[in-house]
Amino acid sequence: MRLLILNDETEVATWAAKYVAKRVRDFNPTAENPFVLGLPTGGTPLGMYKKLVELHKNGKVSFKYVITFNMDEYVGLPQDHPESYHHYMWSNFFKHVDIQPQNVHILNGNADNLVAECERYEQEISKVGGVDLFVGGIGPDGHVAFNEPGSSLVSRTRVKTLAHDTIIANARFFDNDLTKVPKQALTVGVGTVMDAREVMILITGAHKAFALYKAIEEGVNHMWTVSAFQQHPRTIMICDEDATLELKVKTVKYFKNLWGVHSKLVEDPVNV
Amino acid sequence: MPGKSDISCGYVHKPHNLMCGDSCNEKGCQGKDENSQKVFVHPISDRVRKLSYSVTEYKIIRRKVDFVRPIVKFENCRILRGHTLVKDDFWISGSNIVDPEDLFFNQKMMPDKVIDCEGAIIAPGFIDVQINGGFGVDFAYDISRVEEAVVTVAKGVLAHGVTSFCPTLVSSMPEVYEKVLPFLKKREGGMHGAEVLGAHVEGPFINEEKKGAHDPATMQNFSKGLESVKDVYKHLDAVCIITLAPELPNAVGVCRQLTDAGIIVSVGHSMASIAEGEEAVKNGAAFITHLFNAMLPFHHRDPGLVGLLASEKIPEGRTIYYGIIADGNHTHPATTRIAYRAYPKGIVLVTDACSAMGLSEGVYHIGQQVIEVKGTKAYVKGTTTLAGSVATMISCIHYFWKTTSCSIVEALEAATLHPALLLNIDDRKGTLDFGTDADFVILNPNNLDVQSTWIAGKRVYEKASFKPDV
Repeated sequence: MRLLILNDETEVATWAAKYVAKRVRDFNPTAENPFVLGLPTGGTPLGMYKKLVELHKNGKVSFKYVITFNMDEYVGLPQDHPESYHHYMWSNFFKHVDIQPQNVHILNGNADNLVAECERYEQEISKVGGVDLFVGGIGPDGHVAFNEPGSSLVSRTRVKTLAHDTIIANARFFDNDLTKVPKQALTVGVGTVMDAREVMILITGAHKAFALYKAIEEGVNHMWTVSAFQQHPRTIMICDEDATLELKVKTVKYFKNLWGVHSKLVEDPVNV
Repeated sequence: MPGKSDISCGYVHKPHNLMCGDSCNEKGCQGKDENSQKVFVHPISDRVRKLSYSVTEYKIIRRKVDFVRPIVKFENCRILRGHTLVKDDFWISGSNIVDPEDLFFNQKMMPDKVIDCEGAIIAPGFIDVQINGGFGVDFAYDISRVEEAVVTVAKGVLAHGVTSFCPTLVSSMPEVYEKVLPFLKKREGGMHGAEVLGAHVEGPFINEEKKGAHDPATMQNFSKGLESVKDVYKHLDAVCIITLAPELPNAVGVCRQLTDAGIIVSVGHSMASIAEGEEAVKNGAAFITHLFNAMLPFHHRDPGLVGLLASEKIPEGRTIYYGIIADGNHTHPATTRIAYRAYPKGIVLVTDACSAMGLSEGVYHIGQQVIEVKGTKAYVKGTTTLAGSVATMISCIHYFWKTTSCSIVEALEAATLHPALLLNIDDRKGTLDFGTDADFVILNPNNLDVQSTWIAGKRVYEKASFKPDV
């Protein structure tokens, strides 16, 4: 597992975007051999999307032959609701790039049969040969996607009920009315993400520091689901200085000394 | 236990409802600039209906329409939507404005054509609810050539951004209505011209003391109630708006009956007191014809029809709309500002244009009378009575924008959303909401000049110097 420590969230966003762009470019995707990208929503990846859009507009990367799978979506929220992840992805990414609508996959939280929808999603991922790069973030309690603490570390795409404190925290996006907050979500499982050939996790801010500590300095634990990626053969975690506050000095120094190695990961002869 | 409000994956970090249309800013993606879109908000807070994309007022209108090709995406533009100018792309499919998210996620469709608007403003097409003629023709005068007159005006107003209008007849003899009204029925717009929404019959049920330029010999009264109305107009089915004086005997009952029949009642050419005006409004009257003109002047003990703008007796939830001829002649700029500041949500810009609109100085006909155009004014020949304006809709918007220092949004809504609300056609016109008619104008962002006009998704007018290749 790699840990890349950058100065602030802007650097994290820029580096993450460059990394995704380089992966896509190096893959040289075609219609027959598309690149498969897993995508998160939320506050942390916003900067990455903005930077990716910029790279696209500057002709540095094309998403024409990129297939995407999003991590999660609320159950029962209209697709065009401002808080839906469909709307988030459209507003912040899809509308700005050359991605093809048939290549975009987001779980349908309004499906008649939610269980079948989740199974279908897993099959869609298998059909295209699995995910090449899954990008994610984590919560302060160390969850990845909607895999709340206590989720099985081999879980697959499924319906999850939101924790009560999550519903309270989300109420501010829904008119401060608890009854309007979706109580369930569809989410890829920890196992689904683990199956990706590569995983990139973004962690920024002091409020995520304890989760980062649990993710990398303690053992694998289903109460901190992101810790599962310690056992993934190819995971890169990208954090800012604030997120390292709970780490040992030794850990921070070790990974910082690897900067010479990590910086090469985004270097590109064509100057991405 | 830490809260999960800022969880980076799976949970939203900040309300992203304001970010629609936002993209990377020019300075680069700083990740801190999420709400950087350029939005012009109304300066008058009580006018600000919630943003369409607000979470608390999730009300964006999304009528479902069938998607037909061609699908056209307009980019690099600012669009008037949800009471703001929002930097966003604008999508149409066939003859409708459509929701690109629906198109993308559900229909899996891409645009057939992308048009770069070079920073222009896209606004709904203008709606003129009072226009007597223009380009040398007058609906009430050229009775033997009405069809030609309608076609001429419908085509001519396209250059001024008007996509639908109510051809207006000044007080006329019954035989004129019988002959002319059948030609003023609703008809669709297109390459041939703007949509006709039905006629606006201004009189003859008006007060002779406030006849303005109308011929006193044509005046009528409601001696038989609604029957009188039917007798005079003959073709009520062609009528969209009736201007009447509410103080005439039986007028209030007629107001109610006409409103129930779906015809918009406007009060005007009247000596009515505020109480008489309020009684008409309670019985359905929704509009005041060219406020200040042809009515009692504002008096502090009885403000007359002007007082309706501040009346406490308007039924709750109702808006009383009022026409303003913003040509700088029919109302003093200060008068326009007084009305607008007192009651901004009711203002409807009208041209009240006569046959001389679009023509140079000279002598022309309005109704059965002769008028003379001098400069920007049209007089009843030999008098100082204003006989209608020679203003175009876009010039009224320009003038109104300048003279009231209102926002661009407010100036445009006075010629789009407000008349649509008045006519109860806001479900298809007067907004750029999804599912509405693709009637819109592309405006120069600096001076609001009309660069092109579109009806039902087709470009029906284009200014010669307008660059984008469509």
